[in-house]
Amino acid sequence: MVTDALIAVAALLLLAPAGIVLASSPIGRPTVYGASLALALLLATVGIVSLSGQHNSNVTLPLGLPWLGAHFRIDALSAFFLIVINLGAAAASLFAFGYGRHEEFPGRVLPFYPAYLAGMNLVLLAADAFSFLTAWEFMSLSSWALVIAHHHLRDILRAGYVYLLMASFGTLALLFAFGLLAGTSGDYAFAAMRTAPPNAGFAALVLILALVGAGSKAGLVPLHAWLPLAHPAAPSQVSALMSGVMTKVAIYGFIRIVFDLVGPPAWWWSMPVLLVGAITAVMGVLYALMQRDLKRVLAYSTIENIGIVFVALGLALAFKANAMNLAAALAMTAALLHVLNHSLFKTLLFCGAGAVLASTGERNIERLGGLIHRMPRTAFVFLIGCVAISALPPFNGFVSEWLAFQAILVSPQLSSWGLKLMIPAAGALLALSAALAGACFVRVYGVTFLSRPRSEAARNAHEVEGVSIVAMGLLAVACLILGIIPGFAIDALATTTQLLTGGRMPAQVGVAWLSIVPIAEGRSSYNGLLVFVFIAVSAMICAFAIHRLASDKIRRSAIWDCGFPDASPMAQYSGSSFAQPIRRVFCTLMFRAREIGEMPPPNSTSPARFTAIVYDPIWDTLYAPLVQFISFSAEKLNALQFLTIRRYLSLVFAALVLLLLVLAAWP
Amino acid sequence: MALIHEFIFQGAQMLLVLALAPLLTGFVRKVKARLMRRRGPSLIQPYRDLARLLRKDVVLASNASWLFRAIPYLVFAGTWVAASLVPTFRSGLLFSWTADLIALIALLGSARFFLALAGMDTGTGFGGIGASREMMIASLAEPAMMMIVFAVALIAGSTQLSTMAAFMNSPEVGLRVSLGLGLLALIVVAIAENARIPVDNPATHLELTMVHEAMILEYSGRHLALVEFASFLKLLLYVSLIACLFAPWGISTATAEPALVAVGIAAYAGKIAIGGFLLAVFETAIAKMRVFRVPQFLGAALMLALLATLLRFVSRSF
Repeated sequence: MVTDALIAVAALLLLAPAGIVLASSPIGRPTVYGASLALALLLATVGIVSLSGQHNSNVTLPLGLPWLGAHFRIDALSAFFLIVINLGAAAASLFAFGYGRHEEFPGRVLPFYPAYLAGMNLVLLAADAFSFLTAWEFMSLSSWALVIAHHHLRDILRAGYVYLLMASFGTLALLFAFGLLAGTSGDYAFAAMRTAPPNAGFAALVLILALVGAGSKAGLVPLHAWLPLAHPAAPSQVSALMSGVMTKVAIYGFIRIVFDLVGPPAWWWSMPVLLVGAITAVMGVLYALMQRDLKRVLAYSTIENIGIVFVALGLALAFKANAMNLAAALAMTAALLHVLNHSLFKTLLFCGAGAVLASTGERNIERLGGLIHRMPRTAFVFLIGCVAISALPPFNGFVSEWLAFQAILVSPQLSSWGLKLMIPAAGALLALSAALAGACFVRVYGVTFLSRPRSEAARNAHEVEGVSIVAMGLLAVACLILGIIPGFAIDALATTTQLLTGGRMPAQVGVAWLSIVPIAEGRSSYNGLLVFVFIAVSAMICAFAIHRLASDKIRRSAIWDCGFPDASPMAQYSGSSFAQPIRRVFCTLMFRAREIGEMPPPNSTSPARFTAIVYDPIWDTLYAPLVQFISFSAEKLNALQFLTIRRYLSLVFAALVLLLLVLAAWP
Repeated sequence: MALIHEFIFQGAQMLLVLALAPLLTGFVRKVKARLMRRRGPSLIQPYRDLARLLRKDVVLASNASWLFRAIPYLVFAGTWVAASLVPTFRSGLLFSWTADLIALIALLGSARFFLALAGMDTGTGFGGIGASREMMIASLAEPAMMMIVFAVALIAGSTQLSTMAAFMNSPEVGLRVSLGLGLLALIVVAIAENARIPVDNPATHLELTMVHEAMILEYSGRHLALVEFASFLKLLLYVSLIACLFAPWGISTATAEPALVAVGIAAYAGKIAIGGFLLAVFETAIAKMRVFRVPQFLGAALMLALLATLLRFVSRSF
């Protein structure tokens, strides 16, 4: 199985030079995206076949470090992530099959796209630290090239710069983590790391480094700063991949290190994970509520969802440390299912944003509106994405959040006091972020697709290519299916949770009516299928009865204008005004949101002004001082460039003495 | 045979909530009117209103989309399904395991999500202001509700409403601090969710403080009838929920005799009458809040519920 996967990855890598050659020819786009689609489907199939965990096989290629070689392996964990990554990649490729037509410079996208897919897949296949980090860097760099594809536009190069910086920082943290895991023996193969886990202090350090390294890639607050810049900057199919898929590779890295390589967890490990996850979830959605750029809203909402996944992972860690295997499996299932769900609806939403961008040339939601009339199909699938991401039944987002809540309800059995206080707080923040996500997506959908068009571009929008709609439609169907019959997905995850937590949830397939019952039926159960059927049937019966028995007439008329006719579309509720109450309630403290209204003096005809000010707490308190410090110290250190050779030699000597002293003082 | 019985009970519950919901609203209006020394409309006025609205033509805004027309049906169906899953006179109904309490809350969340979208659809200021405020209130009420669910579920050891009702009926419950806090928070959330005074005023139109009524301003005819009916159902649902969790006396179990079912029905009727009466008294006694006082009101509920949950985490005896 690994060999098949590696051949597919090699084919993706070969596709990259083909992309260079074919970029300017008309067959370039269909070839690259068509082949990417086929190879992604192949890799997803490999994942599905390997998910049972019975086809584990190792392959060692004579690449990389001469005494190490490159180890590749697929186990139940990498198999699951292979499915997630490649389903998303397949959908994005299919979308790009049509959407790629709008690309101004195909030569800047086509070569890197398959290389990027290959990089992400290699991370999952790697079974030693060296190949893992090489693949990780390859993934970062190829996506960086895609981010700056439109570097002539404003702010794109800055986004690319910040991304490159944060990616290197994250890799550095992972490098240290793997260094600690390999220990003094220096054996970088994962199999060797598993047999010799580090001591408690080093293990804790590995956890923190993994949280920083993988977390910066996934977008955990406060390391998220690059994500809302870089994800929207790329072409939309790549944004979909970065947000929907690459963040999952980061989560894979975290799970691989913390649940697999580093050995049994200590009780307190879950605390930082829960804390960071819960803060990320709420901050992410609050940021999202205040954005005007459609793709940036989606990028911030990715941060929110990553937070939800990390809360569930933190719960799994807590249960695992307390040897509550069943509960750990429940929390882990919630995390993994949310990973899968988020990859589906976020890919769908970014593709939808791409469709809007292609058809109107506009990313600012304040200049959109009424697209449901001009792009009815895109509007329909985008609506499904919005409902799913807002964690509303009967779609898939709700199932994973429901499982996470069920996991929280098991947690009073944990013995430590810190967790007893932390978990309810994390649960409250999780519920808050879910509710705010609903508000966020009412705002996005209401302002973009509903209401009256706010610009000429929105008025003249047109539907996108059929292929792109099919791609989004398939994702929407997947969202519904995972929402109404999640039992199959939960059962398929059993081998993975067994590997990671040593427990598995009870089998769901045998449960009557395809319900899901995480622990026992008397305790909790949910049946998305019946909820869906009940709502559909009762809505249809009701519509039929009313149209038949009461009235089915419709009169069209102008909207109620309160005696103020022909109001301009700009006078409608905009995205900013929709968010105003929430901004005022939630953001006055953390974001220092303020509103300043300036009225003109009496008898003056000048307009009144209204300004809303919002600060970015993370950027202002963390990044800005950091940047200032670095440029300050760089300026000071600049003096070192103009010394005489004598002084350089004495500096070298001093450094040598210092290091020897350190060595001598080392216990 | 047993299955047919169960189907009958489930069907009876669905029809019962449908039949009772307008009556409860009519009752609350009547009591309020009497408390204000008005005579008030007759008890069955809501039925008449619904029937009249259903027969009328729909006047649709010229730029309303298909979604605007579909939403009343979705909202009504979602609320109806949710209301039919709360145990009223009999627990352990055939489909009671379809959605536990968390799913039930989320189902109401779906209905609200769509209703807010409808408010945004026509692009009027009223729709926007209503939708925006409704989502602001929901963003506080929903987590508060979830914390209440946590607190009660941790006591009952289940999120399944039938199991919870059975546990609350057993002597194991006793008097608990967390239950008291939970009840208080649930009442606040129920008031906010149903757009009652002091959060919102269900009786006003065209007033800048209103929330729910502003959101549905563009609806007319049968669409309006469905949206109104859904809000009647939601009120009944919350009263039933409070009754089921905090006053589960008399709810007959799945194996009970027919006589006990009759007792259950009588008890249920009594409970919603008391609930409606208390609501009317409360609404008459208090003034409407400014809209930005509402977050404090709901924030208090959230904190109470969080405290109740924390107490449960800290000790089993609270």
